[in-house]
Amino acid sequence: MGDFEKSGQRLIALCLLGFLLFNYPVLALFNLPQTVFGIPVLYAYIFCAWALLIGAMAWVVEKRR
Amino acid sequence: MTKKVLIVDDEENIVTALEFLLQRSGYETRVARNGDEALSEVASFAPDLVLLDVMMPRRSGYEVCQRVRAHPEWQRIKIVMLSAKGRDVEVSKGVSLGADLYVTKPFSNAELVAKIDALLGGGRAGGQ
Amino acid sequence: MLQGGVIVVSSFAYLGLLFAIAYYADKRADAGRSVIASPYIYSLSLAVYATAWTFYGSVGRAAVDGVGFLPIYIGPTLMIALWWVVMRKILRISKQNRITSLADFIASRYGKSALLGGMVTVIAVIGIVPYISLQLKAVSNGFLILMQYPEIVMPAKVGAVPVLQDTALWVALILALFTIAFGTRHLDAAEHHEGMVAAIAFESLVKLLAFVAVGVYVTFVIYDGFGDVFARAAADRALAPMLTPLEGVAGSYSNWIWLTILSMLAIMFLPRQFQVSVIENKDESHLNKAIWLFPLYMLAINVFVLPLAFGGRLHFPAGVVDADTYVLTIPMAEKQELLALLVFIGGLSAATGMVIVETIALSTMACNDLLMPVLLRMKSLRLNERLDLTGLLLGIRRGAIVLILLLGYLYFRLAGEAYALVSIGLISFAAVAQFAPAALGGIFWKGGTRRGALAGLLAGFLVWSYTLLLPALARSGWLPVALLEQGPWGIGLLRPLELFGLKGLDQITHAMIWSMVANIGAYVAGSLSGSPSAEETRQASLFVDVLRGGGAGARFWRGTASAPQLYGVLARFLGTEGADEAFRSYAGARGLRWPAEQVTADADFVHFAETQLAGAIGAASARIMVASVVKEEALSLEEVRNILDEASQVVMYSHQLEQKSRELEEATTELRAANERLKELDRLKDDFLSTVTHELRTPLTSIRAFTEILHQEPEIDAAQRRKFLGIITRETERLTRLINQVLDLAKIEAGRALWHETRVDMQQVISDAVTAMGQVFEEKGIRVDVRMPERVSPVHADLDRMIQVMLNLLSNAVKFCDPAAGRIEIALSESDGWLRVDVRDNGAGISAQDQQAIFDKFRQVGDTLTDKPHGTGLGLPISRHIIEHHAGRLWVESERGQGATFSFDLPVAS
Repeated sequence: MGDFEKSGQRLIALCLLGFLLFNYPVLALFNLPQTVFGIPVLYAYIFCAWALLIGAMAWVVEKRR
Repeated sequence: MTKKVLIVDDEENIVTALEFLLQRSGYETRVARNGDEALSEVASFAPDLVLLDVMMPRRSGYEVCQRVRAHPEWQRIKIVMLSAKGRDVEVSKGVSLGADLYVTKPFSNAELVAKIDALLGGGRAGGQ
Repeated sequence: MLQGGVIVVSSFAYLGLLFAIAYYADKRADAGRSVIASPYIYSLSLAVYATAWTFYGSVGRAAVDGVGFLPIYIGPTLMIALWWVVMRKILRISKQNRITSLADFIASRYGKSALLGGMVTVIAVIGIVPYISLQLKAVSNGFLILMQYPEIVMPAKVGAVPVLQDTALWVALILALFTIAFGTRHLDAAEHHEGMVAAIAFESLVKLLAFVAVGVYVTFVIYDGFGDVFARAAADRALAPMLTPLEGVAGSYSNWIWLTILSMLAIMFLPRQFQVSVIENKDESHLNKAIWLFPLYMLAINVFVLPLAFGGRLHFPAGVVDADTYVLTIPMAEKQELLALLVFIGGLSAATGMVIVETIALSTMACNDLLMPVLLRMKSLRLNERLDLTGLLLGIRRGAIVLILLLGYLYFRLAGEAYALVSIGLISFAAVAQFAPAALGGIFWKGGTRRGALAGLLAGFLVWSYTLLLPALARSGWLPVALLEQGPWGIGLLRPLELFGLKGLDQITHAMIWSMVANIGAYVAGSLSGSPSAEETRQASLFVDVLRGGGAGARFWRGTASAPQLYGVLARFLGTEGADEAFRSYAGARGLRWPAEQVTADADFVHFAETQLAGAIGAASARIMVASVVKEEALSLEEVRNILDEASQVVMYSHQLEQKSRELEEATTELRAANERLKELDRLKDDFLSTVTHELRTPLTSIRAFTEILHQEPEIDAAQRRKFLGIITRETERLTRLINQVLDLAKIEAGRALWHETRVDMQQVISDAVTAMGQVFEEKGIRVDVRMPERVSPVHADLDRMIQVMLNLLSNAVKFCDPAAGRIEIALSESDGWLRVDVRDNGAGISAQDQQAIFDKFRQVGDTLTDKPHGTGLGLPISRHIIEHHAGRLWVESERGQGATFSFDLPVAS
């Protein structure tokens, strides 16, 4: 049960982290004219951060077993 | 006919004392100083009684006792266990393995000899 | 080849395939072998979130403002992380109460209020109709565009086509038939629509596949990868501003935040999402996988949106092709017939999935929460007296499905042209977001009341209508545009798009801020301003405390009822078969064989019957029906509170009890371990005592035997007497030595030994020890070699103890060395701050397994007649203790037949 509650709290923390990552001001930091492999930094950032967030959620949920 | 007693102990001084006592009581004695020797002496010396120390190098007294009791021709041999281990468990173990008597060290000479006499069915003359 | 016939046939073939899948899944469900009981199917069914709006509209929006569409998918990703806590609770509540829809959920929470259920239904229908019309628009537009192949012509204005020739109408009717076939096979809405879920999951795969296919085609076939698309867009003067630093994201950061929050709420409260995530959920544990699989799906379907948007804008001259159609028109322009057809099917699947689930959810609400409560109350209809109402219920649901789709079509005809796809969708999102305060507040806050929920919903809905619906109507020409520009009656502060002068926000953000302020404000104020009824208090407790073993709804009921009457009610709504089944399962759980043995209509049973009924007609209607046949004693608020207090005390006590018993268990385990340790110590002590006794008795035996001999046999000769007295003396010495050593060891082990530490010269120690043993060596004829350096550093040690160790080791060596040609070597050496002493004999050596044992107390090694050792068996253990006390080590190295070397080392004194 403790483990179960801990997972819930970790997911809540990830939700808050996501809110931080995908909003002002963090988003503004990546709003740059440069490109990464030809992709504008902002676009690349959003998709990478999104993928990492999903990965972290999967990790929290799946490692319980 | 003189009764024969085999003394089995690894303590030199105790052996000396027992030999002296039993010879004075009119028994023929032979000495073995460990379990292996004891078994071969039982076979060659054919004693009427074995005085058996428990704690010995190579085969313990318990084991010797067990072997003797397992041999069909040796059933009539009396066995007296002698041990410095006097706890109840050890006494009952000795008796359950087929010893006729379990005597705790140190012992009284007179009592020991009297018990041996009684087991061998006669006085020190042994004279049948 | 892409003629109209091919398109129509493909579309119907696709719908046929869907129906086959649904049919198969339903058959399997009837056979008890569900195909949808899988977390993967559950996750895919959640992807009904991605509609035609996603499929076509995302690209359209991205073509205008870049990443502005993304919050709609990032929001749900954030929200689903909270599902572990929130959704689990909702699932538990819904299963316990056999909730049939979102309206039922909210109505049930606030005292099974029919009024509240009806209001939620009305808001949901009004809010969702535009969203359904959007699907119709997408499908019919897609169809019309594809029909023109190879030309790319945008469809004519909606109003220009007569109604009966309008593709959208036919699409609506076909979808209505299809939905009826899917969704109204079973009556019990709390039962799962397994066929529908299987079909939806399949549709999710199809739309993802189609979208990714066109995305890959545009990104990697037409262009040369992501970098290439962006580089070309950057070189285009019209597109460059979207790539260089944005002015905020999608205009402004606050819009972005609000869009995220809006979609966080939408993923929970869109009727179709509630349907698939709650009502159709088979197993709570499916949440676990869905928590990351569903966000992954959304990530995958969004990866190619930006390349498609830029690709489309680079491909077509500005203003010619609607950006909402790029997904379809790019493959058409490239003459990729198959791909275009696949895209159309993908769009069709996105639209049909949404329409089917949404209309089923809405029709269930309309039937259970809007029409039934009204019909049941209308005495003139005498519904209570009709024997079987199942047909009526199904009829109502089917009618509602057709009606909702026709409403969707109507909205499409009247208002559809005014907005791009994304804007229409967001209006619906904002409408369902109004459910959030009542629904979320209801599961976490016991203080929320029916009055508060009604007030909040009404306020939120009114503000939504004023700030979003009204402008939509005005722009469609149904209301004067002046209303938007000058405000009603020319009052500037009331301008719908700049309410109270709030400017600079986009329409959705503006509406969300005001509607949420009104909604939450009214909800909280309404809840706090009055006190709840008994029924509300009890439902609040059942919902909020569901995870703490709530659900004992029966304990709140008092009254009298008759089982046959309840059977009659159940049979009317569930059919006799359903009623029989319910009675059988209830009786079976209590070990009764119904109908031979009757069930007693006690509180438990009435509660059971009501819950069964709620699964078919919703909580509010079920309440009305059950109340009509049982005589109920109304519980006062006071009584309900007492029951709740009692229950919460019981819960508290049982928590305490659990905690205590857990503590007790821990204590027991510890005690058991301690006891084991004590037993072990006791056993060791016992063994030690027994060994010591044995060792003491052996010399005593000789002493007593010879003493008695000397005493009782006066006539033995002098030589023998001398010999016996010598034995007595030696055995007495042995006894003394043994006693001393036992005491010594006990002292050292207990830490009570006194140590007189000084600077000790080990050369001196060795010489002294060898001298002391000189006589023994001589007697046994043992040769002793000592090898020492000129000078060694002193050690810090107890001199007497050092000599004791040396004597021990030497007498040990004497005992073990070759009896005929004994030889002992002693070596002293110094290196790296350590002194080392080796004592080597040339005896039989010590076998490996004995090398450790010799350091145990009373463990003497020796097994031949002659080498029966006469030590006490304590010398080595004592020596080792002494050396270890001085921070050194004592060890032995030996091989059988090679002699043994005992060594110790000591740190040099600093």
